Amino acid sequence: MADKIEAVFAGVDVGASRTKVAILDAGKNLIGHAVRKSGTDFTETAEICLASSLEMAGVSKEDIANCISTGYGRKNVPYSHDTKTEIGCHAKGCYHYFPMSMTVIDIGGQDNKVIKLDEHGRRVSFKMNRKCAAGTGAFLEEMAARLDIPLEEMDGLARKSENIVELGSYCTVFSGTEVLEKIRQGKKVPDIMKGLFLSVIKRVLEMDSLTERVVMTGGVVAHNPYLVNMVREITESEVLVPEYPQLTGAVGAALFAMETKG
Amino acid sequence: MSEEKKTTRKQIAAAKTLKKVMADHFYEMDNAVKTGSRKIAWCTSVGPAELLRGMGFLVYYPENHGAMLGATRMSTELIPFTNAIGYSPDICSYLTCDVGSYLQKKTPLTMAYNIESVPRPDVLVFNTNQCRDVQDWFAWYSRELDVPLVGVHTHRDIGDIREYQIKDIASQIEDLVPKLEEVTGEKFDMDRFKEAVGYSRRTSELWRACLEEAAAVPSPWTFFDATIHMAPAVVGRGTKEANDYYELLLPELKQRVKDGTAAVEGEKHRLYWEGMPVWGKLRPLSEQFYSLKACVVASTYCNSWIFDQLDPAEPFESMAVAYTELFIVRDEPYKEQYITDCYNKFKFDGIVFHDAKTCPNNSNNRYGMPERLSEKLGVPVLTINGDLCDLRCYSEEQAKTNIEAFIEQLEEG
Repeated sequence: MADKIEAVFAGVDVGASRTKVAILDAGKNLIGHAVRKSGTDFTETAEICLASSLEMAGVSKEDIANCISTGYGRKNVPYSHDTKTEIGCHAKGCYHYFPMSMTVIDIGGQDNKVIKLDEHGRRVSFKMNRKCAAGTGAFLEEMAARLDIPLEEMDGLARKSENIVELGSYCTVFSGTEVLEKIRQGKKVPDIMKGLFLSVIKRVLEMDSLTERVVMTGGVVAHNPYLVNMVREITESEVLVPEYPQLTGAVGAALFAMETKG
Repeated sequence: MSEEKKTTRKQIAAAKTLKKVMADHFYEMDNAVKTGSRKIAWCTSVGPAELLRGMGFLVYYPENHGAMLGATRMSTELIPFTNAIGYSPDICSYLTCDVGSYLQKKTPLTMAYNIESVPRPDVLVFNTNQCRDVQDWFAWYSRELDVPLVGVHTHRDIGDIREYQIKDIASQIEDLVPKLEEVTGEKFDMDRFKEAVGYSRRTSELWRACLEEAAAVPSPWTFFDATIHMAPAVVGRGTKEANDYYELLLPELKQRVKDGTAAVEGEKHRLYWEGMPVWGKLRPLSEQFYSLKACVVASTYCNSWIFDQLDPAEPFESMAVAYTELFIVRDEPYKEQYITDCYNKFKFDGIVFHDAKTCPNNSNNRYGMPERLSEKLGVPVLTINGDLCDLRCYSEEQAKTNIEAFIEQLEEG
C-alpha cells in the first residue's frame, strides 16, 4: 500500500507578466512548481499552473492544506484561501533561503521592489518603482523588440560586450530613440545590450540605499543572470540569488500558507 | 478572493447641514452675479479672505472648484484642453482642470446645484503662499476676462520668523485696500474687517478642536471625513456661517468620543497623511484603509486651515503672522518638528506621504523627509505616487498594493 501523502502548501504568484506556482511539502521543500505567461485570463492561468505543479509534485488538489495567492492578480485565484502582497511574499521567500538581514531586489515584468529585512526577517522598509517602466522587464522587452532580438538571447549578447555603450535617459521611449541613435553610429549590439542591462541596474539602485547583503529575485534575474554579475561588480557587495529566483514570491506565499495553517 | 468588504460606517449627522452650507455658499454667489447685488472676489485658498469679507465681497475659491472637479473625476478629461493651450501637464492640476472646465463650459456646480457656471469675478486676489501657480492661474483669468489681478507675494523656506517678514506681508495686505476700494466703490470699514477676522479666528479654533478629537483612541473620524467637512473652513472663512457649522460638528465628534464610536471599526493602526488628497479616489482609499482596520487620524493638509493667530485687535499684523506661520512656507526643520508634534498628539504608528505629481509644494517626500522622520520617530513610512486631480498620474493598483504591504509591515511589528 502506498504511503499516505502528507499535506502540501501552495503559493500562487500572479504577476503582471508571468504566473508562478510553488508547492511545498511539510518540510518546506519545493516539490512542484510552474511558470506561465499570465495572459488575459488570470484565473485560468492560475489553474493551469497549479495543475502542472501538482503533477510535478505527485499530489492532487485535495492534498493542499492551505493556499495563499499574491501578485497583481492575487484576487483572481478562486482556490486560494487568502492573499498577501508580493512585497510580503518576496520578503518571506528570500528569508527562507537566506535567514539573515538583507536588501531584496526584485526585478519583475512590470515593477521593481527594494525590500529591507532585519535579522529576524521582518520588513524594515520597502519601495516600489514609480509609475514608470524604467528598470523593469517591460523596459528590456521593449528594447529587445527595437533591436529585433529574442528575449532569451539578451543575456548571452550582453556577456559578449567588450565596450559598453551607456544610455543616458531613463524614459523607455527616449531610451528607444537613443538605442536607434547608437545603431546609426555603428555601435555593436552586444555593447548596446550591456548598456541596457546597466540602465536597468541604475534604475533599481537609485530606488534605495543597499545594506551589506543583497538578494536578487524575479523573472528578469532568472533569465538574465549576467545582471547579477554586473550588480556584484558595481556595488562591490555580496549578491545572493535563490535557486529559482522567479519563484521566490510563490515560495513566500506557500510559506505564509503553512504558517497560517499553523 | 473577494475585494475589500464594503464599509458600514456610522455617518456623521452634521453632513446634512454641510450640504446646505455649501449649497447656500454657491447660490448666494450665483444670485449676486445675476442681480449685481454684491461684488465677487476670487481668492486663493489661503489668500486674504478676511479682508475681502470685511470689504463686502462674496468670496469664491477656484481651488475648491479644483477639488470638486477632482472629486467628481471630471478633472482628468478637462486637463488636456489646458495642456493644449500651452500649460504643461507637470504644473498644478487644479489650475489645468479649472481652466479646462472654463474652456469646456463644464462645472460640477451644474450637477450639484443646477448652477450653470462659476461666478464671474470682479477682482482676482492671490497669495503665493500656496505656490507660484496660483498667480499664473489667476493671471490667465485676468487676461481672459479683463478683470483686475492683485495679490500678496509670500516669503518661503522660513525658519525662525523675522519681524521684517511680518511687516512686509502686513503692508502687502494693507496695500490691497485702495485697489479693492476701486472695485467695490465703497470706503474700507475697519470695524467690518475686524469682525471678519474675529469670525475667522473662531472658525479656526473650532476647526482645530474638531481635528484634535481624532487624538482619541479609537478616533471618531478620519482624514477622509475631514477633507469633506473642512469645506466651510475653506470657503466660509470670515463668516458666521462657518462658525455655526463647526459649533454643530464639534459636539457631535465629542459625543462620538464619549460613546467610543470608532470611525474605523476595530481600529488597529493609526496613520498620518502627509500631502494632498487624491480627490478622485477618496472613497476607495477610505474603504481600503477601513478594511485594513487602519485609521488615518491626522494630516498636514486638513491642519492647514487653522489660523488661530488671527486677532481682531491687530487685523493686518495677525493675518500676516497667520499666513507666515503656515506649514507650506516653512523650512524643512520646522516641518519635521510640526509632524513630530502631531505624532506626540495623535500617536500614529506610520506616515503615508502622497507624492502628488503636479504639486511639489505639498509633496514633502522629495527631499529625504520620510527617511529622516522614520528614523527620528521610529515609525515606518510609505510614499505613494499620485496626484490631486490628474488621475493619469495615479496607478490605483500599485497604490493599493503599497498600502496593503505597508499595513502587513505594521502588523509584523
